Amino acid sequence: MTCGYKDPGTLDLEALAVRENLNLPQGLNQIKKKDRAAIPQQEMPSQEAGIRGGNMTEVALGYSENQVIVEASRCLECANAPCVKGCPVSIDIPGFIGAAAKGEFDEALDIIKESSMLPAICGRVCPQEKQCMETCTLGKIRKDPMESVAIGRIERFLADRGAEKGDSTVDKAPSTGKKVAIVGSGPSGLTTAADLARLGHEVTVFEAFHKAGGVTVYGIPEFRLPKSIVQREVDNLEAMGVQFVYDFLVGRTRTVKELMEKDGYHAVYVANGAGLPKFMNIPGENLVGVFSANEYLTRANLMKAYDTEKAATPIYKSRKVAVFGGGNVAMDAARTALRLGAEEVHIVYRRTEKEMPARVEEVHHAREEGIIFDLLTNPTAIISDDQGRVAGIECLQYELGEADESGRRRPVAIEGSEFFMDIDTCITALGNSSNPLVTGTTPELDTNKWGNITVNEDGMTSMPGVFAGGDIVQGAATVILAMGDGRTAARGIHEYLNQ
Amino acid sequence: MIRILKKKQLSSDVFQMELEAPHISESRKAGQFVILMLDDEYSERIPLTIADGDGKKGTITIIFQAVGGTTLALSRLEEGEAIAHVLGPLGTPTHIEKQKKPVICVGGGIGVAPLHPIVQAHKAAGNRVITIMGARNKDLLILEEEMAALSDELIICTDDGSKGRKALVTEPLKELCEADEKPAECVAIGPPVMMKFCAETTRPYKLHTMVSLNTIMVDGTGMCGGCRVTVGKETKFVCVDGPEFDGHLVDFSSMMSRMSSYKTQEDEHTCRLEEKAKELAAGGVR
Repeated sequence: MTCGYKDPGTLDLEALAVRENLNLPQGLNQIKKKDRAAIPQQEMPSQEAGIRGGNMTEVALGYSENQVIVEASRCLECANAPCVKGCPVSIDIPGFIGAAAKGEFDEALDIIKESSMLPAICGRVCPQEKQCMETCTLGKIRKDPMESVAIGRIERFLADRGAEKGDSTVDKAPSTGKKVAIVGSGPSGLTTAADLARLGHEVTVFEAFHKAGGVTVYGIPEFRLPKSIVQREVDNLEAMGVQFVYDFLVGRTRTVKELMEKDGYHAVYVANGAGLPKFMNIPGENLVGVFSANEYLTRANLMKAYDTEKAATPIYKSRKVAVFGGGNVAMDAARTALRLGAEEVHIVYRRTEKEMPARVEEVHHAREEGIIFDLLTNPTAIISDDQGRVAGIECLQYELGEADESGRRRPVAIEGSEFFMDIDTCITALGNSSNPLVTGTTPELDTNKWGNITVNEDGMTSMPGVFAGGDIVQGAATVILAMGDGRTAARGIHEYLNQ
Repeated sequence: MIRILKKKQLSSDVFQMELEAPHISESRKAGQFVILMLDDEYSERIPLTIADGDGKKGTITIIFQAVGGTTLALSRLEEGEAIAHVLGPLGTPTHIEKQKKPVICVGGGIGVAPLHPIVQAHKAAGNRVITIMGARNKDLLILEEEMAALSDELIICTDDGSKGRKALVTEPLKELCEADEKPAECVAIGPPVMMKFCAETTRPYKLHTMVSLNTIMVDGTGMCGGCRVTVGKETKFVCVDGPEFDGHLVDFSSMMSRMSSYKTQEDEHTCRLEEKAKELAAGGVR
C-alpha cells in the first residue's frame, strides 16, 4: 500500500527537477498536452505514519511552490471544463489552475474567492475525488480519479499562501442599515456572514458553543484541519464588522421569531447543522464506553481532552476501539482514538471499502496509521461486563447482494457467521439527523419527513425573511455543499432586503 | 462573560451565586438548566440547574456543590468576577398544570435547588404543594426558609435526626401516598439513589412521579448524546428530551453506571488540582 515515505524536501526536489526539465512555469498552451498528461501527480507531503500517530498536528503538510507549479501544469485545459461541473459551487477551476501553472498565485486565489469563501478549509476537507477530480479528464485517461489534477491541494496552497500574506482586506459596500441574524457559525453560516457583510448588511452570528466554526472546530480533528485556519476565517469576518455572539442557543435563549420581533433582525439565516447523532438501536448501546462520534470528537477537539495535563474534560481510556461507520467522521474518530493511546482501533463497516463514503485520502491515511478495517461486518449487540462497561461486541459477517435504490449493492448477513470481538470502546459514526431545537420552536417553518427545513431556490423557508441552508436543509452533507447553500441564501437575503 | 453579582455559602460545600444573564433570565422556565465553562480553552462544560431568577433584574441564581475540579474552581470565584461562558436556558421546561389535589415535591440534598423553581411554578399555577426536604444532617439543608415560605406544608427529614424527622424522605412520601387525600403527582429531585427509591415508593400507588436527571453532558443541545438514558426501553437525551422524566420508567442503574464513566480520570484530575492548590498555598514553585 505505502510505496516508501518521502519527506517534503525530497518531494520538492523531485518537483524542481520536473520543473526545470519542462522549463516551468510557462503558459499551459506552451506545453504539449501529451507532455502535460505524462507529468506524475505530485504527492502530498505528509508526516510519516509512525510519527503522526503520536501527535495531533496536521498530517498533510501542503505542497511546495515547485510542486504547485508542476501539478497545475498537468491540467489539460478541456474546453468543456468537466471539473467545474463537478464542483458544487462552480469554482472556475481551469482559470485558477492556469494562473497557478504560470506562478500567478495571487490571481489564482482571486479566481477561487469569486466562488468560494473558505478555500483553506475546502482544499483540506472536500471529497475532491467525488467532485472536481471525478470528472477531470486526466483522471479519466488514467482511469482513476485519484490521478486527476490534485485540484484541492493546489487550492489549499493558494489559500494558505494568501493567508500568510494577510489578504483579508475586502471591499465593503456602504451600510444598508439592515440587520441579519445567522444561526450557527459552521461553514454555511460563515459563508453567508461574509457575503452579507460585504454587501453592507449588519451581521450577527449566534453560536451555541464557546467557539465559532461549528463542525470544523468540534468535529474535524486538528490533524486534518488545524483550528487556527478556522479561527483565521472568523478573525477576517470580525475585521469586516461581523459580530459573534457565543453561548446563544436559538430555539432556547431566543426563538427565531423573537430575533425578528424583539431584536429587530430583518432576516434570519438558519444554519444550525444536523447535530443529533444516530445510534444503531442494538442491545448494549447505552453501556459505559459507547459514544457517538460527535461526543468523542467534541471532547477530543473542541474541549482539548487530548491534552490530559491541562484539559479538565476527560476522555475515555481505551485499549481496543471499534468505530461503526465508513464515512469521514468514522475515520476521524478512529484516528483520534489511536492518537489518544488505544492499542488497537477497528473500523467496522457493513459494506466494502469501495462503498465507503469517506474521502479516499482519509481511508488511505487511516490504513497507513494502522487502523484495522473489518469490512462486510456489522455489530449486532454490545456486551457488558459486570460493571456496565463494554466488554466486547457480537458481530455478523456480510456479503454484497443485489443493488438497492441508491445503486449500491445491499449487504446481506451470512447465516451462522456470528463472531465475538474483544472491544472496550465503541464509537458510532452513523450520521446525524436534524436537530429539532429551531424547527420545534418555530412552527412557521415547513420541514420534510426527516425534519429538514424545506427551502425554495433562493434558500427561503416558508417563513418570510427566514432562510436556511447547510445540513439542516441537506441532511448530513459536506462543507462545500453547506457553503454553496450559504452563498445562495446570501443572494436570496440580499434580494429580500432590497425589496 | 457573565458577571457574578452575589455569592453566598449555603453549607460547607454548597454555594449560591446570582449571575447577570438577562437573555437566560428572560427566557428561562422551571426545570431548565445552564451549561457553564470557566475559561475559553481548557475548562470543561458542566450543567447546573437554575435555582431561581429575576426577569426584571435580568439575573439567574445557580446553586452548586463544590465536588469536582470545575465546581471547586467556581466556588473560588468572588462577587464581581466573571464566568467565561454560560449557555441557556437548556432542557424542556417542567410540565405544570392546575391540580385539584396536592402536589408532592421531594428534594434531597442539593436537589432542593432545582426543586425550588418547580415549587414556585406549582404555586403560581394555584396548586397545593407539600414539600419534603431531606439531608444527611441539619447543616446540609439548603433553602429551608424559601421552601417553608412557598410550600403549604414542609416536612424536613435528616438521616441523623438533627432537624425534623429522623428518616429518609421516602418515609413521609409513603405516608402521603397512603393519606386520605391522594396526591395528584410527585416531583422528586436529588441524588440518583434517592430518586430511584422515591420512584419505587410511589410505584405501587401509581402516583405519577417526575425525576430530574443530572447526567454527564458536553454541549447540552442534543449534539453529543453523552447524556443519554434509557427511559421505558427507549433512549432519550437528558439535555433536550429532559431533564425531567417519568421516574417509573427511568433505568436508574444504567444511568448511575454511565454517570461514573470518567470516575478514575476525574479523581486524578481533582487530585492534581488539589496538589497544585497546596503547592500554591505553600508558596512553593516547581
